[in-house]
Amino acid sequence: MWPALEPILPKVEKPARYIGCEGGAQQPVHGDGRVAWLLTYPDTYEIGLPNQGLQILYEILNERDDAVAERAYAPWTDLEAQLRAHDLPLFSVDNHFPASMFDLLAFNLSAELTYTNLLNLVDLAGVPVRCADRTAEHPFVVIGGHCTYNPEPLADFVDLVVLGDGEEVIGEITEVIHAWKASGGPTSGAVDSREGVLRQLSRVEGVYVPSLYEAEFDGEHLRSITPRFSDVPERVEKRTVADLADWPYPKNQLTPLTEVVHDRLNVEVFRGCTRGCRFCQAGMITRPVRERPAEQVRTMIQKGLERTGYDEVALTSLSTADFSGIKDVVTETMDDPANRDQVSVSLPSLRVDAFGVDIAAELNRGRRSGLTFAPEAGTWRMRQVINKLIREEDLYEAVEGAYSQGWRRVKLYFLTGLPTETDEDTLGIANLGRNCVEIGKKYHKSASVTVSVGGFVPKPFTPFQWFGQNTVAELQRKIYLLRDDVKRSHGVQMKWHDPKATLIEGICSRGDRRLGPVIEDVWRAGGVFQEWSEHFDQDKWTDAMARHGLSPDWYAHRHRTEDEVLPWDHLSAGLHKDFLWQDWRDALAEVGLEDCRWTPCYDCGACTGYGIEHIVASATPPAGGSQGTGQDLTTGGEVPVVLGSKPVGAGT
Amino acid sequence: MRLRVRYTKNGKIRFTSHRDVARLWERSLRRAHVPMAYSEGFSPRPKLAFGLALSTGYESDAEYIDLALSETIPLDGLVERLTEMLPDGLVATAVAEIDRGTSLQQAITCCRWEIDIITDDLQAASTAVAQAKEAEEIMFTRTRKGKPVTDDLRPYVWALDVLGPTETGCRLAAELGTQPRALRPAELLAALDPAYEAFLVRRTHQWITNDDGDRSEPLLAAPASAVPTPVGAT
Ligand code: SF4
Repeated sequence: MWPALEPILPKVEKPARYIGCEGGAQQPVHGDGRVAWLLTYPDTYEIGLPNQGLQILYEILNERDDAVAERAYAPWTDLEAQLRAHDLPLFSVDNHFPASMFDLLAFNLSAELTYTNLLNLVDLAGVPVRCADRTAEHPFVVIGGHCTYNPEPLADFVDLVVLGDGEEVIGEITEVIHAWKASGGPTSGAVDSREGVLRQLSRVEGVYVPSLYEAEFDGEHLRSITPRFSDVPERVEKRTVADLADWPYPKNQLTPLTEVVHDRLNVEVFRGCTRGCRFCQAGMITRPVRERPAEQVRTMIQKGLERTGYDEVALTSLSTADFSGIKDVVTETMDDPANRDQVSVSLPSLRVDAFGVDIAAELNRGRRSGLTFAPEAGTWRMRQVINKLIREEDLYEAVEGAYSQGWRRVKLYFLTGLPTETDEDTLGIANLGRNCVEIGKKYHKSASVTVSVGGFVPKPFTPFQWFGQNTVAELQRKIYLLRDDVKRSHGVQMKWHDPKATLIEGICSRGDRRLGPVIEDVWRAGGVFQEWSEHFDQDKWTDAMARHGLSPDWYAHRHRTEDEVLPWDHLSAGLHKDFLWQDWRDALAEVGLEDCRWTPCYDCGACTGYGIEHIVASATPPAGGSQGTGQDLTTGGEVPVVLGSKPVGAGT
Repeated sequence: MRLRVRYTKNGKIRFTSHRDVARLWERSLRRAHVPMAYSEGFSPRPKLAFGLALSTGYESDAEYIDLALSETIPLDGLVERLTEMLPDGLVATAVAEIDRGTSLQQAITCCRWEIDIITDDLQAASTAVAQAKEAEEIMFTRTRKGKPVTDDLRPYVWALDVLGPTETGCRLAAELGTQPRALRPAELLAALDPAYEAFLVRRTHQWITNDDGDRSEPLLAAPASAVPTPVGAT
């Protein structure tokens, strides 16, 4: 398709996003019965290119003899208009092939607001958006990523859903499709040939085929989701790679020609997190903790820097300061003569304690732009509810460390709209901000703190999955309450997310199949790139829901009961539902839970259910670690414990 | 030690921006182990200086970059090593040591362009070119910082000719002045009567003119093994 694209590209913004040619790009060769995957990120190139999951699968598939993989990203609206005007389809950036010539269109979904983009891209590929309208010659639409833990709102549109780590399962899917192609499957043109192969795929562990399940409702409540055939599993388990050491990918991280987010070398040091923050879906669904051996990390850093020419490497995970070998790896990388003192190391997730700051100082030698911490809630009581067991003194010590070592700006992340949150908890955010500025003033006249506040969205497979989220009005009220309070404090700035977007995320996050027509309507009304504030349009969503007789309130703001059938009950992230329920009760009772890496297992199910365990090099908690690593956390520092004056979520 | 490198930018990579190319050079120089000198301060950057910015989408046979090194290195094999480390489409064609002197941007007086325009009426294109050459002035209004600015383009048009037909129309050759501002090929096409759109634009030369009107290139592209000749570096 390149000759058709070339004359169009000068007419669009940032055309370099569409040319491919990255360093490390594969040379995919099609044919020979190879199963062709188009790995697609349903957002712009800048955001999608650095996605490590997509890059890992891109390499693994291209290493196989029976597969070939290319990449695609959502064209921005200007290019999409040009493509549609010239009757051109979605294309791959590697060979610039049309999307419809691939066997599978695989999407990485990590945000609910990209759902309409998925429909748009499938349509732009020339493929019917609804599964029911696809025939044997159409590509299969596949999704992976964190949103797949409740794929029900997309059940009408996706053929396959992959739960959990993709490294192994992607090969197993390839083998099934390869055999089907070899037996002439796609060319037979029969619809039942497609259903036949889908049934076969449904028996691959980690693969869920929504069209093979029947959802039954009892009035407005879901009664059950059950397989339509006896050979289709009743419950779909996630996949977990037992040992990260077996998967040193990406080996050739892509180095883009144009600017992208996270434009640096990324090395994943571990997967999973058992700190147990109750709002955090990523931590819950990726258990157990699997560390990469320090030696492998070092090799990946050194080879990666040499090959890419980057001068920055990020050690990624959900909480990198917890990595057993962190200090050694950082020091060795900084001191390696090959790096000529010009390489910096960054930890995207910094722990709130002095140890974290010491590492930050080590790896930022000289550079002191800004440091970010995530205390998540303003009072100790609230942090006990969410199990983010950071004492106020931990935060102050960390902040003091930062200012005393030369940082002038500190950024603090918080959530609002949490279960049992009172106005006192909300205003506690401003207090923390003010106290941090006071500490900073001891060191710099211009010390400042940015407080960033997001509205809380309850997610599937977390203890908060039963919680009715705050309404837009309530979130707005809390944000203004906080804003007015912060206004009077010199040196504290505040930023917040649009609560309207939080509502739509909440609806999709715990929605069921009845949302399919809503998502389709929003897309047909032009509602794409909803995660971009200039495109987000709440009315399109609420109008569509009204048309289909669905209530935003019922989906987002309603507390669920223990016996309610949840739309993801037939899927499994390994976590026992009764463990989650108990953790929810503990949350309301303001009881914290220790990190099971260093304390006895409490059988959440993530290891016990799959016969795997943590892989952690160090038997003791890391130095200075707060959050349930053996310290006395009963007092929680200065803030007196105040019981919530209202029942759960009241005032919403 | 200061070096000047000449390079080309052709193919798909033409859609990268000037800033993109600067970043690509930084990474490629690190990969090639060229010991760059770094700026002082908050976040040190390697010291690179480019010639006149090339618009996104244009190709070029004559781009230049000046490098400040922290130590002296032998130059043999460097052109090849740089090309190997640069992404496809960027090819180093010459390198030479230079003295500290006028920046490239100030030294360049004119660029030669080959412009493939889109048209099915070659006769009209020839007439438009002839008219522009005969004109006393070519007044043209463009927007600058949101405001309309009108100026005379004629003094910038040093030469303009039709080279011959192409698949999409015909190819023009133009020499366009760069001082005090660089006239862009797209502006020239928009100022022709009728206005044209380019299918492809390629910069073939950047010239330095001395007071006698003699001109030279900042660095001659040389066959890979030949010794490059630094010209007009000071
Ligand atoms: S099964 Fe036990 S050890 Fe594994 S993550 Fe759950 S609680 Fe921790």
